[in-house]
Amino acid sequence: MSATVDDALESGGPRPGARSPFRQFVVDFAASKIAVAAFFVFLAIVLLALFGPLFTPQNPYDLAQLSLWDSGLPPGSRGSEGQLYLLGTDDQGRDMLSAVVYGLRISLGVALSSGVIALIVGTAAGIVAGYFGGRIDTVIMRIVDMQLAFPAVLVALILLAVLGRGVDKIVIALAIVQWAYYARTVRSSAVVERQKEYIAAARCQALGTLRIIFRHLLPNCMAPLIVLATIEMASAIALEATLSFLGVGLPVTEPSLGLLISNGYQYMLSGRYWLSVYPGLALLIIIVSINLVGDQLRDVLNPRLKT
Amino acid sequence: MGVFLLRRLLQSVVVLFAMSLVVFVGVFAIGDPIAALIDPRSPTEVIEQTIRNLGLDRPLHEQYFYFLKNALSGDLGYSFVFGEPALKLVLQRFPATLELTLVAMTIAVAVGLPLGLIAGYWSDKPASRIIMTGSILGFSLPSFWVGLMLIMIFSIELGYLPATGRGETLPLLGVEISLLTADGWRHILMPAINLSLFPMAMIIRLARAGVREHLQLDYVKYARAKGLTSRRILFGHVLKNIMIPIVTVMGLLLGLIIAFAVVTESVFAWPGMGKLIIDSITLLDRPVIVAYLMLTAGLFILINLVVDILYSILDPRVRLSEGTL
Repeated sequence: MSATVDDALESGGPRPGARSPFRQFVVDFAASKIAVAAFFVFLAIVLLALFGPLFTPQNPYDLAQLSLWDSGLPPGSRGSEGQLYLLGTDDQGRDMLSAVVYGLRISLGVALSSGVIALIVGTAAGIVAGYFGGRIDTVIMRIVDMQLAFPAVLVALILLAVLGRGVDKIVIALAIVQWAYYARTVRSSAVVERQKEYIAAARCQALGTLRIIFRHLLPNCMAPLIVLATIEMASAIALEATLSFLGVGLPVTEPSLGLLISNGYQYMLSGRYWLSVYPGLALLIIIVSINLVGDQLRDVLNPRLKT
Repeated sequence: MGVFLLRRLLQSVVVLFAMSLVVFVGVFAIGDPIAALIDPRSPTEVIEQTIRNLGLDRPLHEQYFYFLKNALSGDLGYSFVFGEPALKLVLQRFPATLELTLVAMTIAVAVGLPLGLIAGYWSDKPASRIIMTGSILGFSLPSFWVGLMLIMIFSIELGYLPATGRGETLPLLGVEISLLTADGWRHILMPAINLSLFPMAMIIRLARAGVREHLQLDYVKYARAKGLTSRRILFGHVLKNIMIPIVTVMGLLLGLIIAFAVVTESVFAWPGMGKLIIDSITLLDRPVIVAYLMLTAGLFILINLVVDILYSILDPRVRLSEGTL
């Protein structure tokens, strides 16, 4: 139930000592210890991706730093110069820990940039459709429905079959895959919010359309948007990894986690499990931590589940 | 009903036509198939002859109308690589994909529905927490990764199950089926489980959400007041009511895992049409890509139509005339 005017009158405004909405949100979120742990894990991963290259033992793609003497070493072994290879090396003597950290940067970077594009485009389309309604609503939602009738993997596959390989291309493909979800979600909140009294009040005050949309409508559509953005981030990372694994995603010069897993997989049968397993583990940790955070966000922000 | 069906069929034709245009024009933007097909060192006459034979020297719109005309008579062109009709190639692989997806769907429903009911009815018990965390894993883990792990554990380490291929097949009504042999079952088990995890997780969450919502409704309170057991309330009353959205989603999930099979088939080298499309994209085999995409698009439109009709049969409150695409 939404807070009504009656509630506000009855309680005589905010009760003294009542928590601010943000603090209430933090308290609600912290109710799940798993979600809090997942949030900190995710934060650590983002920091690692941002500042990781300062700490990694080598730049895994600077050939001058690689030593062929050290190729194919299992995790935890020491190299010819006594350096520690915590996660082992590949057949070119590349330190897997460094490769995973660099792969993390690429995976997160691709997912984030495509997510931001999709968020902006999708939210704009959804708000326009929901707020104005009518013909433009029909046109936008027809496109959205048509796209969402096909699964994300298939849409991405079609797009990449058309666009070819490359970082820019996979960002475009992932953005196109995701925008429809944002558009649909934002539209459905906008349609509900549009009919509420505060929008009517804002209109009566003759506020500009843009002002109504940005200052009044959009903030009230944020809750589902935040949840969606979190979940979509995880699915974009997973989708990029999948496409790269299938060999239609990133080019070999941009080794994301998916590509590392795919390359390492050839060596699985010869017992060099670490080439594939550790990038896979990194991928797993990111995706699971984001999803756990997203799941708790959904529970906290969903007014229907509040009792 | 009749009007609705007619309108939906018309819409489907429009969507298929739009798809054909997008796919055809789009697919032609991919690199030059000649470079991939012909040895660049071969004599110029040979190269020109091949281009002519494949019809690649004509203007694009002419190629499209040619394609459309032939497509209407069921001819989607010949594969550049295999020299066989593209549609035939895709259709040959279709039974393997369908078999895999149907087995996966069966596993997903058989495991997911009971788990979802449990997690919804006893939502505070630790078992429910475990089920829900598991379902998060099920739909968030990349399926190729899970597939690799299954292969690593059950094929490489333990050696229980074969990692690749379809195994021994027997013909049933002219179609080769793996499910008729023990060897086929051993081969299908891992890919099917791999493919079933996503729909299973979705069904668990849907069933749980449905149960939780319905437990607060009056008819459940009334059933409780009447003194019915939890089991009768859950299976006799709640299950029937929550099945409507679940059946709808199951149809959509079936389409989803046909697309997801692309990934699973690549991991397990399952000779279905998903593996064919990935190989064709790598080889720039345009007619096969187009044939696959058109067939899949058609399949999706069909599934959506069936789901809509099923929905209206299951839930008399839904009026079909308001159907949308």
